[in-house]
Amino acid sequence: MFNFRSDIRFINYFKIFNFLSLILIIISIGSIIYKGLNFGVDFKGGTLIELRAENSEIGIGDLRHSFLEMNLGDVNVKKFGKENDFLIKIEGNDKNKENFIEDIKIHLSKDIGNNFSFRRVEDVGPKVSGELLKSGLIAIVLSLSAMLIYIWIRFEWQFSLGAIVALVHDVIVTIGFFSILEFEINLSIVAAVLTIVGYSMNDTVVIFDRVRENLKKYTSKTINEISNLSINETLSRTIITSLTTLMALLSIFFFGGEILKGFSFAMILGVIFGTYSSIFIANPILIRLKVNQKSVLKGE
Amino acid sequence: MLYFSKIKVIFIYVLIIFLSYFSISNFLSQNYKLFDKKINLGLDLQGGSYLLLEVDSSPIILQKIQKKFSDLKKFFREQNIKFKNIKIENNKIYFEIDKNSKDKFVSAFTEKNDNSINNYFNKYKAFEFDHEIKGNQVLISYSKFGIIEIKNSSIDQALEIVRRRVDEVGTNEPNILKRGNERILVELPGLEDPSRIKNLLGKTANLTFRFISDSDTGDFGSEKMFFEDNVEEAFVNKRIILSGDNLIDAQPRMDNQNNQTVVTFSLDRLGTKKFARATIEGVGKRLAIILDNKIISAPVIREPITGGNGQISGNFNFQSATDLALLLRSGALPAPLSIIEERTVGPDLGKDSIDAGTIALIIGFVLVILFMFFKYRIFGLIADFALVVNLFLLIGVLTIFEATLTLPGIAGIILTVGMAVDANVLIFERIKEEIKIEKNNVIAFDGGYKKAQTAVLDANITTLIAATILFFLGSGPVKGFAVTLGIGIISTLFSVYYFARHLTSSFVFKNKDKIISI
Repeated sequence: MFNFRSDIRFINYFKIFNFLSLILIIISIGSIIYKGLNFGVDFKGGTLIELRAENSEIGIGDLRHSFLEMNLGDVNVKKFGKENDFLIKIEGNDKNKENFIEDIKIHLSKDIGNNFSFRRVEDVGPKVSGELLKSGLIAIVLSLSAMLIYIWIRFEWQFSLGAIVALVHDVIVTIGFFSILEFEINLSIVAAVLTIVGYSMNDTVVIFDRVRENLKKYTSKTINEISNLSINETLSRTIITSLTTLMALLSIFFFGGEILKGFSFAMILGVIFGTYSSIFIANPILIRLKVNQKSVLKGE
Repeated sequence: MLYFSKIKVIFIYVLIIFLSYFSISNFLSQNYKLFDKKINLGLDLQGGSYLLLEVDSSPIILQKIQKKFSDLKKFFREQNIKFKNIKIENNKIYFEIDKNSKDKFVSAFTEKNDNSINNYFNKYKAFEFDHEIKGNQVLISYSKFGIIEIKNSSIDQALEIVRRRVDEVGTNEPNILKRGNERILVELPGLEDPSRIKNLLGKTANLTFRFISDSDTGDFGSEKMFFEDNVEEAFVNKRIILSGDNLIDAQPRMDNQNNQTVVTFSLDRLGTKKFARATIEGVGKRLAIILDNKIISAPVIREPITGGNGQISGNFNFQSATDLALLLRSGALPAPLSIIEERTVGPDLGKDSIDAGTIALIIGFVLVILFMFFKYRIFGLIADFALVVNLFLLIGVLTIFEATLTLPGIAGIILTVGMAVDANVLIFERIKEEIKIEKNNVIAFDGGYKKAQTAVLDANITTLIAATILFFLGSGPVKGFAVTLGIGIISTLFSVYYFARHLTSSFVFKNKDKIISI
């Protein structure tokens, strides 16, 4: 079971998959630019209320109607997980509301009765959301640079470049998916993206490590052959680790509750793309950059 | 790589037992505990409120620049420095100086020792105020460090007042911390509805007693102010008879005569004196009691109050009287606070999150364990044992550091379960390759461990880098994810490289001459 000591000619598929990735990246960037990202209150500011109704008589329509009456601006009401749970997002709150969550409660209890509870309230001011977005972006850029430098130190610059292109691909495509599907981007998605960066790197490093070893071992083989051999040799590990990681992530996605859904979804995408990119993106770059025996022996 | 000295083996198992004890002790009742350490649950898991407050120091800066304005004028007159057209604009003081006085002014203003008009901060090596001279035009403004000093002192005062107010409300183990020099973080575990605390923290609670002006149209020394209903208004004299600083106590009371709720207060000695003098001269006048620029009430003074006790009546119910008394007791904030971020989680959602997280952990764990067993049989079992030990180590370390576990933190633990077997997979796959070319089991296994080492280390260090960055830049619950992910990597490396390797080595030495398939 799961023994992949086969001799798949990965290098034959590099061109077609690179072309595919390029299209994916273009679609992702296009969507991010033209469609934009669905930022949550963490990054956009505003208020989020998770509300549970005690009985199922309260429908989503009643809630929408009631919130509309309050003139709070852009209000979005949707179901959230269980039957009687709702998520209400209020955008762009004004500054001169002293206790407007209290006001909402009072209005709701007048309108639909007392049989509901606020399970969660998140209210983020514009200043804080701006800072959170900034530090999220800094974190992603910083982690990419840290990886670049780490691989540069441990390997050669060609490897470092290959790994980073693969990482940037994973990050862009994952965020692109969120843009296309209009899934919400919040603080936990940034955490997911950083973990994807770590995971994808981890996958790439294992293959690169083998490439380096094989370059020293087989002095007459070309980088094409060595890359192909190394991918094959590490393939069962690559697949097994992806599978166990996916098992953990799928169990978070299905059983870990509504709040972790976005996070685990991003991670699942990231693990799939990360695995793919370490084979089909990081390696072709080594070949393009004409890595050879000399490039790894130089550093020693 | 397969040889372990006895000492090392003992050390490995002692450490595992030690940390496992800590991880189990989270679930022991208090009576059976040797150490009083446990993992804290984050607000997202135990329920509670997180508030981020920002101090708006601009009113203080304005106040201080006005004070400096009059101090400067006084100083110039004393020192015989000639000036004209002095004014304040945008928190800056402008004036024209006589050219004969210029040198005198500059030397006085830039004197580093005991400077009475421009403080010199030794710790910053900088003055409180910057000055700019163009011709005979002088501009004085707060320096960067002058502003920092104001912010630091107002945040410290505000922190103290916030602490007093929160303590007075009596919530469970509040956590109040300074964030930078203009923000205060308030964490209130277990609090379901923060609206009362938000109301209390949103008030500056600046209390003053002032006379209502005699004339209905107002005069030079008075200003117009609204009553609390925002409808009625009155002219109030600018002279402050007494302020909240002179209060030593305030309590809500039922007034038996008219069944009204009132707030009674007592004054310190200075306050008693001031209040007595004012009420003696002001019999028959109306005394306005003003809180944050709103008139609470303006009773007529019937007789002088000399005992230092008084009461405030207004449109109170018992709750609002209690809150007013609390605000007066805890003192006024130096500057207004605004709540710029709030996150509140109800206790039932927290519990649901713990349950869901636990179920996801168990399912993920069982899936991975079964998979590893079917894939690697006996070695899969070793990897599985290592995974169990890994979890104990991870939770044990979190316990020793009394780390805060959040929902993303639980996700980090589950993710660690999925990624932790990677190290063993790398090693086992490598050993497989080695066994094909090497007949001697010991050498083959030893080679597998050795050759997989760099890949294992590199792979884990990259994830550790991501976790570290997330720890420093992430906020709130996300930090909890970085913590469990980061510690998870270290516990993984230990459980694989010491515990699992020791088990493997015992197995290999026992079956040295048999054919081992992996």
